[in-house]
Amino acid sequence: MRMLSYADAIREAHAQLLASDARVFVVGQGLWSPWYVGSSMRDLDTEFGRHRIIDSPVSESAITGTAIGAAIAGMRPIVVHPRMDFMLLATDAVVNQAANWSYMFAGQAGAPVVIRAIVNRGGEQGAQHSQALHAIFAHIPGLKVVMPATPYDAKGLLISAVYDGNPVVYIDDRWLYDQTADVPEEQYQVPIGKGAVRTHGEDITIVGISYAAAKAVEAAVTLHEKGIDAEVIDLRSIKPWDSELVISSIKRTGRLLVTDIGWRSGGIAAEIIATAAESALDAMIAPPARVTLPDVPAPTSKSLETSYYFGADEIAAAAEQLVVHGRTHLSEVAQ
Amino acid sequence: MNEVMLEVARSMYENMVRIRITEERVAAAVEAGEIGTPCHLYIGQEAVAAGVCAALSRDDYVWGGHRSHGHFIAKGGDLRSMVAEIFGRQTGCCQGRGGSMHLFASEVGVLGTVPLVAATIPLAAGAAMAAKLRGESRVSVSFFGDGAVEEGQTHETMNLAALYKLPVLFVCENNLYASHMGLLERRANDNIHQIASIHGMPGVSIDGNDALAVYEAAMVAADRARCGDGPSLLECRTFRWRGHVGASWDIDVGVRRKNELDEWLPRDPIPRLRAWLIRKGCSLQALELMDERIEDEVADAFEFARTSPFPDSAELSKHVFRETQGTD
Repeated sequence: MRMLSYADAIREAHAQLLASDARVFVVGQGLWSPWYVGSSMRDLDTEFGRHRIIDSPVSESAITGTAIGAAIAGMRPIVVHPRMDFMLLATDAVVNQAANWSYMFAGQAGAPVVIRAIVNRGGEQGAQHSQALHAIFAHIPGLKVVMPATPYDAKGLLISAVYDGNPVVYIDDRWLYDQTADVPEEQYQVPIGKGAVRTHGEDITIVGISYAAAKAVEAAVTLHEKGIDAEVIDLRSIKPWDSELVISSIKRTGRLLVTDIGWRSGGIAAEIIATAAESALDAMIAPPARVTLPDVPAPTSKSLETSYYFGADEIAAAAEQLVVHGRTHLSEVAQ
Repeated sequence: MNEVMLEVARSMYENMVRIRITEERVAAAVEAGEIGTPCHLYIGQEAVAAGVCAALSRDDYVWGGHRSHGHFIAKGGDLRSMVAEIFGRQTGCCQGRGGSMHLFASEVGVLGTVPLVAATIPLAAGAAMAAKLRGESRVSVSFFGDGAVEEGQTHETMNLAALYKLPVLFVCENNLYASHMGLLERRANDNIHQIASIHGMPGVSIDGNDALAVYEAAMVAADRARCGDGPSLLECRTFRWRGHVGASWDIDVGVRRKNELDEWLPRDPIPRLRAWLIRKGCSLQALELMDERIEDEVADAFEFARTSPFPDSAELSKHVFRETQGTD
């Protein structure tokens, strides 16, 4: 057993990629800073040189486009956006260029770039320092989107993303950085597009995304104490996502609750529920439900933040209502 | 004057004629309804693509925009594959997924042309960064129009390229119009080359209809880039003869004045270089033979395109993602 934090697992993935592959370099704002990216890039610039760990000008658009151009020309860059909100300034490079590159040129060239976007919420940071925008990118053909919830996946998915050969948006959440778990020392990959069953159960399927998956695992413990056995699936990749694993679970449990760190309307939870309705409606004994953020920008004041964000208790309550009453009031409130 | 320069000029002339004849035929096919993809014709601007590409090696990278038939041809892209792409055929350089505005020929360094204005400016800088990190002597060229200078990422990228001394050439083809809007309807000052010094690189304004002047400026910029001294900006002043898109001249629609075109037609870059070549001893007969050979070559490319199959509709979703194995 070797315990590593989520942040240190990300750092180790970077270090191993940089050590083993000369094509890999990292560019982004704050990479030489002691606070922009937590400890996830600590001392990599001294270990691998500032020509490969590039702390960039305040130019999201240019640095992302530059990394994509380098990828097209044979490199395997990782772009880091310390706050996902700021990444919107690079949307042309990600959506119009990287995502379309393979298709437009008939697969003769691709843009094997990793765009690492960090979700950094809470702490009264408000609307422009808190957003989880993964659903926007998951909508785009040609992009893959991964959202690790554990230290093991944080390392393995970053390595898989670099070697996928396609543009991958890798989203990590600062609320997970201190979580620790056993992480193998070797350089390993976690397959993109495969979810993981975190707890087995027969009463309800709870699909969680990123931090919400970690909270769903906690919720399952509470539910078990109340006699409800939840099957928690950590989706890990949201584009492509493991519909086979989710559908087969729903066919056993008959109930579906999806919990996502993003907003409700047009979100990933809606996509999963729509797919479940298309493929497993006959097996469902209760209407599907979701626990997400409300359709509201992130507030600042503590009193508002407390009602904005949810945790294991809200997930457990929604699951319990689904199992006991066949419906959840929480999703109605959230509308 | 030496034999090498004469050979460079002959090669530029050949490419300019190849571009002109191809574009005239594309215009005719657009008018005939044979081509559906939006075509932004390069007629009148040939000296820029030919002059810059003559200063490059096969390995150097070229990136373009929506008006890039000329860049593809001048860098040595296969003419049949380009025309077939414009005709939407499976044999096209992008197998019917790209059309006129998305061209690709990596075998000669054309890493992509796309119509999002200014989009390939940071991409070109990125390819230059790749070359620099690998220790190669390659340069990367971004061709863009005067409209692209109004985009924010152009300025972000110029700063970044100068800061990191990336081997990139920013080639602005100032044809005085962005779509229907004249330069001074969009800029407070007619001073594009001057933005270079603000961003920390040399900038020059060149007669973009003088292929020899473009070539010489591109050689200086490419040498500088290869020596590790960083990027340069070339503002090549020229004029597109046809309208923004399609075969029309944009005169009858109230967009441009006829007298403006009348001023530019006599500055046609092709007869200008042809006259220079004859002055330097090239035989008229040899140039006429070259013209005829290119006519045949272009005719063959159009025949190839017209007789090629369309993509199989069953392969609509092919190439959304690339399949790779292991750590390749």
